[in-house]
Amino acid sequence: MAGPMKMRATWANGFTDVRVLMTHPMETGQRKDPDGNLVPMHFIQTITVQLNGKTVVDCEVSQGVSRNPVFSFRIKGGARGDKITVAWQDNKGESNSIDSAVA
Amino acid sequence: MDRIRRALIGISAAAFLKPWEALAAWNKEAFGAKTAQDALRSIGVSGAAPTKEVLIEAPEIAENGAVVPIEITSNIPGTTSIAVIADKNPFPLVAQFRFHEGAVPFVKLNIKMGETSEVRAIAQAGGKSYVATKEIKVTIGGCGG
Repeated sequence: MAGPMKMRATWANGFTDVRVLMTHPMETGQRKDPDGNLVPMHFIQTITVQLNGKTVVDCEVSQGVSRNPVFSFRIKGGARGDKITVAWQDNKGESNSIDSAVA
Repeated sequence: MDRIRRALIGISAAAFLKPWEALAAWNKEAFGAKTAQDALRSIGVSGAAPTKEVLIEAPEIAENGAVVPIEITSNIPGTTSIAVIADKNPFPLVAQFRFHEGAVPFVKLNIKMGETSEVRAIAQAGGKSYVATKEIKVTIGGCGG
């Protein structure tokens, strides 16, 4: 099941580095369960990264991204205390998001 | 003609039957493509110029194909998007990132690789496409199983 997210955003030398972890099975639809039945596809499709509510990166991803995806992004500027929000949506319509202040 | 018809059916199906898919703006055709060429065509890339200004940092040999760490940086000014393609995966297009004002054209992610393959990073800047390629050897596949 899709679960919690973790994120760390840090500012250094004029750049904000964002590292985010999503808990998600990222099923390809090719794997079989112990009974030999195919596990249906279940994977994150879209991700957006926002700085103070403004989208800076948006992503489309496939089942080719590893289970429990970890992404790093870099934003020019930003400042300590700015709000970073990362949200995802998967092929079953599930979604999650997290926000944190730049440290 | 048939292509147009299918595209129209696809659009109407997305709009009426599965509205959430239309909202998510996920490029079904590109991600469903089974060859790197088809995937590239679906994201509107043709004749990408090889470049040294797009850097792929990844292991030469990935012991575990389920988690292959890849870092991509584009040093081309005005880069608006980076796509990641693993040529020999069943569905080669892994991800596409669009960078808006304020974002650095950089991304780090973990991908799955079924077997040893060329991995391409395609950057788009100023209406042109640039490609960097790196071969990654995989000892244990990460798809299926």
